[in-house]
Amino acid sequence: MDLHETQRLLSEYLQELASLFHRVPGSAIFLRYVKSSYQDDPIRSAVELFLFLFAVRYLLAPKYSTKPGVVPLSDDEIDDLVDDWAPEPLVGEPTALDEMEVEKRVVIVGPVGPKSKLSNGRTVTNLGSFNFYNFNTNEALKEKAIQTLRNYGVGACGPRGFYGNQDVHMKTEADVASHLGTAACIIYSQAFSTISSVIPSFSKRGDIIVADKGVNFAIRKGIQISRSMVRWYEHNDMDDLERVLAKVTKEQARKPLTRRFIITEGLFESYGDKADLPKIIELKLKYKFRLILDETWSFGVLGRTGRGITEHQNVDAAEVDMIVGSLAGPLVAGGGFCAGSEEIVHHQRISAAAYTFSAALPALLSTTASATVNILQNSPELISQLRDLVKAMRAQLDPRSDWVYCTSAPENPLVILVLKPEVVAGKRLSVEDQQFLLQDVVDECLANGILISRLKMLDDGIQPKQIVPPALKVCVTTGLTKKEIEKAGTIVRHAITKVMTKRK
Amino acid sequence: MPRRFSNNSSKDPSSNSPSFSSPSGKGSLAIKASSVKSNRLSQFFSVSPKSSKTEPQPVQATPQPAGANPNTASPPISSASLSLPTISLSTATADNLNMDEMSTTLFQPPSAEEARRLAKQHAQFGVIGHASHRYSSRHPGGVFPEPVMDEPPYYYLLTTYISYLILIAFGHVRDFFGKRFREENYRHLKPRNGYGALNSDFDNFYVRRLKLRINDCFERPVTGVPGRMITLIDRGTNDHNHHFHFTGTTTDTLNLSSYNYLGFAQSEGPCADMVEDTIRKYGITAPSTRAEVGTQDLHQEVEGLVATFVGKEDSMVFSMGFGTNASIFPALVSKGCLIISDELNHASIRFGSRLSGASIAMFKHNDMKDLEVKLREAISQGQPRTHRPWKKILVVVEGLYSMEGSMCNLPGLVALKHRYKFHLFVDEAHSIGAIGPKGRGVCDYFSIDTAEVDVLMGTLTKSFGANGGYIAGDKVMIDKLRATNAGVFYGESPAPAILVQISSALRIINGEIVPGQGEERLQRLAFNSRYLRLGLKRLGFIVYGHDDSPIIPILLFNPAKMPAFSHEMLRRKISVVVVGYPATPLVSSRARLCVSAAHTKEDLDRVLAACDEIGNVLQLKFSTGIAGGALPHVEGMTPPPEMEKEWHRKRAATIIPPRWRLDDVLQRGVQDVKSPLF
Repeated sequence: MDLHETQRLLSEYLQELASLFHRVPGSAIFLRYVKSSYQDDPIRSAVELFLFLFAVRYLLAPKYSTKPGVVPLSDDEIDDLVDDWAPEPLVGEPTALDEMEVEKRVVIVGPVGPKSKLSNGRTVTNLGSFNFYNFNTNEALKEKAIQTLRNYGVGACGPRGFYGNQDVHMKTEADVASHLGTAACIIYSQAFSTISSVIPSFSKRGDIIVADKGVNFAIRKGIQISRSMVRWYEHNDMDDLERVLAKVTKEQARKPLTRRFIITEGLFESYGDKADLPKIIELKLKYKFRLILDETWSFGVLGRTGRGITEHQNVDAAEVDMIVGSLAGPLVAGGGFCAGSEEIVHHQRISAAAYTFSAALPALLSTTASATVNILQNSPELISQLRDLVKAMRAQLDPRSDWVYCTSAPENPLVILVLKPEVVAGKRLSVEDQQFLLQDVVDECLANGILISRLKMLDDGIQPKQIVPPALKVCVTTGLTKKEIEKAGTIVRHAITKVMTKRK
Repeated sequence: MPRRFSNNSSKDPSSNSPSFSSPSGKGSLAIKASSVKSNRLSQFFSVSPKSSKTEPQPVQATPQPAGANPNTASPPISSASLSLPTISLSTATADNLNMDEMSTTLFQPPSAEEARRLAKQHAQFGVIGHASHRYSSRHPGGVFPEPVMDEPPYYYLLTTYISYLILIAFGHVRDFFGKRFREENYRHLKPRNGYGALNSDFDNFYVRRLKLRINDCFERPVTGVPGRMITLIDRGTNDHNHHFHFTGTTTDTLNLSSYNYLGFAQSEGPCADMVEDTIRKYGITAPSTRAEVGTQDLHQEVEGLVATFVGKEDSMVFSMGFGTNASIFPALVSKGCLIISDELNHASIRFGSRLSGASIAMFKHNDMKDLEVKLREAISQGQPRTHRPWKKILVVVEGLYSMEGSMCNLPGLVALKHRYKFHLFVDEAHSIGAIGPKGRGVCDYFSIDTAEVDVLMGTLTKSFGANGGYIAGDKVMIDKLRATNAGVFYGESPAPAILVQISSALRIINGEIVPGQGEERLQRLAFNSRYLRLGLKRLGFIVYGHDDSPIIPILLFNPAKMPAFSHEMLRRKISVVVVGYPATPLVSSRARLCVSAAHTKEDLDRVLAACDEIGNVLQLKFSTGIAGGALPHVEGMTPPPEMEKEWHRKRAATIIPPRWRLDDVLQRGVQDVKSPLF
């Protein structure tokens, strides 16, 4: 094919192309537009041509990673690196503390009651379980649970959203809400997972949380997962809370309004002391924060009918935006709840992970919770009886012991005993030493027929590190008489003295 | 590539679907005749040679009423017939001939009380209709096939997107006017009196404007045992699903919604009896944490049983499945470690991973190639910026994915594990009890030594009808975890009643008590899963997942088909779960059927009949046949067994969309279920 032929063919093709282009509807308008706009404007044409070429070059350019710091490696090099890589074992070696922790765990054989039988065959006085009202051995409750079992089976076999929404759950929610005096309530299937899920369902990145430094593990985990901005205030220090709130308000004054929360506990898990709720409510209203109150340890314990710290300190429960509590401890059922307004509860039904993605609470635990809430509501004498016993127990420990003092509130049936600061300083005890010492106390008590436990803490790896003094936990129960409680208290005191005097 | 079905329109399924009422010589002629009409059909018949040999039974089945109304094939179980569910056995199709003898023994006239008791019992766990309704599922070995993901014609994808566009546009228009004229309804979305908005307008839009419309399909209140049947409490709404009120009636429905795989959701029987004894003896709970004084002999017993069952040295049990995952990851990995997680892993795994502080990477669902790429990159590049090697890499997968019905590719994972030395975590929330010849999960199914998997996690909620979760592993690991896992320290201890439900269920499964029953449950579940799946495939539905999975998602695509499907099923007294965005990708809304050992074949036939009708009305039969369910092939067309997969793949491009008639599906189901579901 010679040159002429090629030229001819080319022009033919071009002509054909042009005629094809002219046949396209609207092509004339387009051509006219191009012609008119490029007349007498060579610079524009040049710029546009340049842009066009640039776009072509960009599109044809090889792909490159936008991740910084990726070192390009050949396959052989990667294979070598894979061969060299020696991962750590999945779990580390157990520490001395870990070993003690697992070794010393007691196993109860048979029912948990005021007197429990241990796996070594001994029957001991149980001051370790949260069986404050001894509901666990209540025959009426057992009958009710069996009745539920015979109607519902055990598990709900599905999450609440998909056919796990049993009528008993709705009843428990209504019962708890009406007991507390809130508009609505939602139940979760584990108390520990409740608040870790409630916090992130409301507080998101960019929101602000002001929290007590002494809050429990679950709250700290909830705060961690929410990725909100956190400010801590000194434990139960209302002046510091006000200072932090004022500071946050000032800092945020010019920024768009975000959700702000105060998070604290009714009765603190780690210290056993009470929050000053009226003051917190006052501050919350003043600075326009919402309050998330964890009543895991105070619901069923504080107040005339066990409604918790709101009842105890005469605060309207509706003033608190979210009340989170447990149905597992003294109420001997299972699961947790969050009570609040309709909106707050409704929102959780869609967005709280532990609710949406978890199977519903077994029906028999749900009905048990309803029943125990009902008992508490109708028998305030049970609670005052418990308070008397707590007083009797504390009388044996707090003023009389030279070694420990009681950090828990006088109403708290969970008596928390901490080594006195002068003892710790005098014997130069590290936190770990104290844990070993207190475990010795627990063992000594057990040898004398009293089962108590220690405050068990895990490092949550959240900054700032939380420093909670190691402590003993002594639970009072109405299943024992006053005399038995007093006697048990004496044994605990003597055990502490024995262990502490042995330590040089 | 999605394929259009042109000739097999769903309007008239009976006209061009060939009939198999007599798969004898004559029958195969009939197939041929009809196959000439439909284009080149004869090449694509695909049923394994095994089933075509074992034909004698259905030969006698010829006098099936042609073009029978699906209702006659499986009568709707009204509450009247519910009281005597055993009667429905008589309606079984002819492939179980022994029916007649059985019904005579079953038909001793029971007293009224006895009848009521039986009815209750059978509503929780149906009686097996025929000995052939059992199957044992196990991976045959070799490479684990990817599930075939069928796609609908573009028309459905397009209309799905348009539907969402319309919904969103309407939502915004309503919001625009609502915010101006009905301010009180939007108060919680706006900052007010100096308080930030509780819910942001944007995050909340989907819930208010899309989910609210179909809210009556979710959180349906129920009562009683979630067994074979489930009792819904009827409700109505006067304000467009904002609030519901009870109408005072209940509806008994066939339960395809609960995760009751082995049918242990029962309020009577050995489990319930043992639970009752336990409540009497132990009380209701052990009110403490495991770390303090909440450990009872029952806990140790159950932990031992679980460990032996899953094939590990030791285990620990928790009171909540979600909480198990939420607390295990922080105890295993921390900063400087990498979690490589399947993109479809459950929310609890994500929750736990985020709490752990480790870096998180994802790989495409079940894609071993992608995982290998991610592993090579992670190991060779090390930690970001510092390039220090990762302390450890934990690959997290689920045994059975609850939205997809797909199983993890355990053989592939184990092969990668040997090369790349990562630690493997398998969440058997759905697979434990439900998968494998002995119900021991994916390791059992694939016949893989459990030592290959470092951590086996699972829930006790689903197959065992109890509640809670477990972690199983080596003794050293579990001992360390007992001292470092937050769930042990702070989580409430599982209640005795729950523990005994678990231990008795485990004992039944391994044959220790009521020998034979555990095996029956496992085999019925395997049969039921395959039977329903095969039936749906043959009817022309797109279903996802592997053949042995008891979770069967039916793809609906258009958002409006979700409530429609749910309502239509409810009208036929079947309760199903429908899920859409955000639990699934935007386009692939689906209905999820969870099969249970408690279901009988007749129940599943009822489901198939209902799906058949609804599928026609809602235009849901749009499978292309590449995922199976195609017509059986003629004798002599069968490929040699070792070439079978290859053969099917080659034919995949020209497969004709399966649109079987319901009668044929029901008739051929039982025998075909036991061969590969092509």
